[in-house]
This record gives sequence, structure tokens and C-alpha cells, in this order.
Amino acid sequence: MKENSRRGFMGKAFGAVAGVGAIASLFAMKKSWDPLPSVKAAGFTTLDMSGYNANEIVTEKWRGKPIFVLKYTSEMVAAFDEKQMSRTIKVGEDHFMVNLGLCTHLGCIPSYNKDEENFLCACHGGMYDVTGDVTKAPPPRGLDIPPFKIDGNTLVLGEEGPEYKKMLSDGTTLKA
Amino acid sequence: MAHFTKATSIKDWLNQRLAIEKVEKVMASEYWIPKNINFLWAMGMVLVITFALLIVSGIFLLMYYQPNVDLAFDSVNYTIMREVDFGWLWRHVHGVAASVVFLIIYIHMFTAIYYGSYKKGREMIWISGMLLFIAFSAEAFSGYMLPWSQMSYWAGMVITNLFAGGSLHADGLVEWIRGDYVPAQAFLNRFFMLHVLLVPLAIIGLIGLHFGALRIPHVNNQDGEEIDFDEESKKYLAGDKAGSKVIRFANDFMSKDMLVVAVYLVFFFYLVFYHYGFAMDPVNFDPADGLKTPAHIYPEWYFLWSYEILRPFSTDVGLMAFAFAQGIFLMLPFLDRSPNAIPASRRGLFRFWFWAMLIDMITLTAMGKVPPVEPFGSIGFYAALIFIGLWILLPIITYFEKKA
Repeated sequence: MKENSRRGFMGKAFGAVAGVGAIASLFAMKKSWDPLPSVKAAGFTTLDMSGYNANEIVTEKWRGKPIFVLKYTSEMVAAFDEKQMSRTIKVGEDHFMVNLGLCTHLGCIPSYNKDEENFLCACHGGMYDVTGDVTKAPPPRGLDIPPFKIDGNTLVLGEEGPEYKKMLSDGTTLKA
Repeated sequence: MAHFTKATSIKDWLNQRLAIEKVEKVMASEYWIPKNINFLWAMGMVLVITFALLIVSGIFLLMYYQPNVDLAFDSVNYTIMREVDFGWLWRHVHGVAASVVFLIIYIHMFTAIYYGSYKKGREMIWISGMLLFIAFSAEAFSGYMLPWSQMSYWAGMVITNLFAGGSLHADGLVEWIRGDYVPAQAFLNRFFMLHVLLVPLAIIGLIGLHFGALRIPHVNNQDGEEIDFDEESKKYLAGDKAGSKVIRFANDFMSKDMLVVAVYLVFFFYLVFYHYGFAMDPVNFDPADGLKTPAHIYPEWYFLWSYEILRPFSTDVGLMAFAFAQGIFLMLPFLDRSPNAIPASRRGLFRFWFWAMLIDMITLTAMGKVPPVEPFGSIGFYAALIFIGLWILLPIITYFEKKA
């Protein structure tokens, strides 16, 4: 009896220490699978916004994903309604579309039609207007806008500036 | 210490130390199999042989494959396919076996469903089998990533995106699984590890459990007859081989098993040498490109039925239907409320349930392959509803089933 309780104690003591060790190693395992610092550091892209031509789509890359950059002509901007204007990013005197180029339906990459000034996703026929707002289903919402910060004449993707935070809070875009 | 005597032979020397005669009896010559079975009972051995082919071909591929986003594609398509002598053989064996193994698993599963081999003490055989199905699915998916081609990349993107849970937007979890914002080096490396080490270890462990689960209830037979294995084996050992309802696993049952395996291997190597193309998607001969989606994304044929259950619904409902489809087969022994462990043909409504389920899954598979245009979109949608409906009906129809 006495011996049993002694064995029982040893078992429980061992179990307790091993349990702490198991939890600690699970934590280490979880952390080992996190994106590496180098991956996170590479999560920023700086765009010089003075180099774009109006109505000419350019695909940049941010975190491995395609980013559509389109400089609007002044006629386009003049015709924008309020919702379209809210999706527009103003750098200096120019207006831009800066959107994640992945269809919000299943992640295919839509293509830009320069003459009709809209986007078509060939996978399932979804369409977006020139500001990336959805005009034809199945996509559930407009193209997402990546986190950005306006810094003089450049745009830093991956940092959250006040203009981006405003878009988040008024529901213009989801967190991409 | 046990008592050892001077050995009279090598066999005796081993026998004293390892009890090899006893092991041979327990594992083979006195492991009893019912006589009343058919060729469908050989699918287990066919699977063992296919798994062995996967391991052997995998070992040779592993010696030249490079798990690096810049090198992986060429290490497969140039080094293995063109430079390594017989490299193409290992790749085609591996690719064909990975596809065919699912065909045999499905036959194995539906055999068990038809003959009721998942109840009356055989629940753990079924459950361990379904866990093996999940492990094989993980193995197939992780292996599909390795050539780092267009379908690898985009399948990796779409499947890991499922873990965001639709409207839950658990993007942190997705990034954690990938180790990056998109599938990249960390992703390829960890799926390489899963494919060559962790998942195969789990599979081997589960195969041990699957075999172990067979020992007490034994293999089922064509009539679901409850056999007294002790009694019947005594009869057999006493010399009444004709009167006994059982035979030895080896060499008696094995000899017929291997006949089926031989026929299967003719078919298998016909595919490997003359018709491997079905396992090699043309889209997979383009290297991964994160800035270009293939026009049409679809999984390998063996995942099509569950993909089709995901596809016709809106994102959240689709995910729930998909999770349901993945998990529900595991519950079969508990959803079938009838005590009858006999073939479906003698089980009233269950007979129709079985064929309806089989036809529905074939329909889902076919609809998953075609683009979602009408009428295929609607057919897929109703087939998905029927799949869910059949599982809801199962406990009801089996509850009212007459006791046989």
C-alpha cells in the first residue's frame, strides 16, 4: 500500500513534468511553422507612382500575389460616382487603382479590357468595373485593396496608412 | 534467464531466440480465413502490393528530387525523366500507383459496405480503414505539390485557402500552414517532409492497426455468417479440411490472393507502360507561376466527388457540405441502425441505398470534371443534395429494417 502510493506519486510527478514539456514542445513546433522573419520582411513592396501611363494596366507583385496598378485618365475620374471614388487612391495629383489581382470568387486572375475599361475573369465569367468593383456575379465583392501607405510620390504595400485604414473601416475593402 | 540448449540447426537457433515457428503460426498458417469469399476479398493484398510499389518507386525518385522552388520542376521533368536511367519508370510507376491505389481503396470500401463488414465487432476495421483513407488523401495531396508545376501551385493555393473557413477569414491559419503568404519555399519544403516522412509513418502505423483490428472479429464472408473460428480451425487441423468452413491464410488463401494480384499487376503495368498519360495532367508540364491561373482548375479524379459537393454551393455552405462529405463515412457503423450484417441484396431498402450511393458518387465524380455550365451545374447540385439526403435517410431506413 505504502509502496503503491509512492509509485503513484512518482507516476503523477513524472506525468506533470512531461505534460509541461509536451505543451512547451507543441508551442515550439507551432512557432517553427510560422512564416520566417525573412519572409515577413519581404512582405513589403514600394512602388514609384510617377512612372505609370494613364489607362495602361501594370501587374506588380506583392507577397507573391499579383497587384493591378492602373493610372486613371482625368475623364475617367470625372465620371466616377461616390463608390468608385472611394476605391480610388490619390497620390499627388494623380488617381490610381491599386487592387489585388485575384478574383474574389475562386482566386483566378482577371484580365483588363482597355477599350471597354473593365475586367473580366475568364474562369467563371465574373466582371469588375475600372475601379475593381464587381459588376457581374459570381464574385461576392469587388477586388480587394492591399494594405498601403502613401509616402510622397511612392506607395508602400504591406504597411497600413491612414487612407487604407479608412477604407477598412468604411467597408470599401476587406483585409487582404 | 530462459534456458537455452545447443542448437541443432539454424532454424532451431532462431526458434529458441525469436520463436519463429510460433510467429509463423500466429501470422500465417494458423490465421484462419473463411472459405465462403470471392475475389473482392483480395483487395487488401492488392493494396499492400500497390503501397509497396509506391515505396520502392518513391525511394528512387527521392534520390534525385530537389525540394527547392527553383530546382524542383527541372529535377522531375529533366533530371528524373531524361537523365536518370529508368527514371521515367519510377515516375510513371509512382504516378499510376498513386491514382490506382484510390480505385482499389474505393472498391475495398464499397465491398465492405455491400457485405456489412463494418459492424458486429468489425467497427474498428472500418474506422481504421477510413483513417487510412484520410492519410492516403493527405499523402496524395502533399505528393501532388512536389513537381512544383502549375497544378501543384494552384491546387496548393486553393486547398490551403479552404482552411480560411470561408467567412471566418482565418488568413493567419492559412499563412501558418504555408509558412508564407502564398505557396513558396517553406510550403514546398514542409509538404516534402509530410510526403516522405510524417504521413507515410502514419500510414504504416494505421496499416498495423487495420490488420490488428481484423484479428479478433476475423474477415467477414459472403453471407455474413457468424463462424466459430476456434471450432472450425480444430476441425481443419484434425484433418476434416472439406468439412471445415475455414482455410489457412498461408499458403492456402494467399495462393488465391496472389492470383488476383497477378491479374491486377498485368493491368497495372499495362497502364505504366502504355497508358500512363491519365495520371500526368498536361497542365502539370508548365512550371508553377503565381501570376497566372490555369483556365480550368480541377483535382485528380479520386477527389472529384468531394470537390463537386463543395462547388455548387456558396462559399460557407459549400465548406460545410465538404466537411460533412469528408467525415461522414467514418460514422457509417453507427448510422446503420440495423443489426443485420448480411449482403445488401438481402437487406430491403438498404439494397437501394447502396446502389443509389454508388451511382451518386460516380455522378458527382463525372460532374466534378466538367466545367460548371448547364446542365452539368444542376446535375452536380442535385447529386450533392442526394448525397447528403442519403446519409440522413440511412439511420431511418436501417432502423425499420426487418431482422434477418
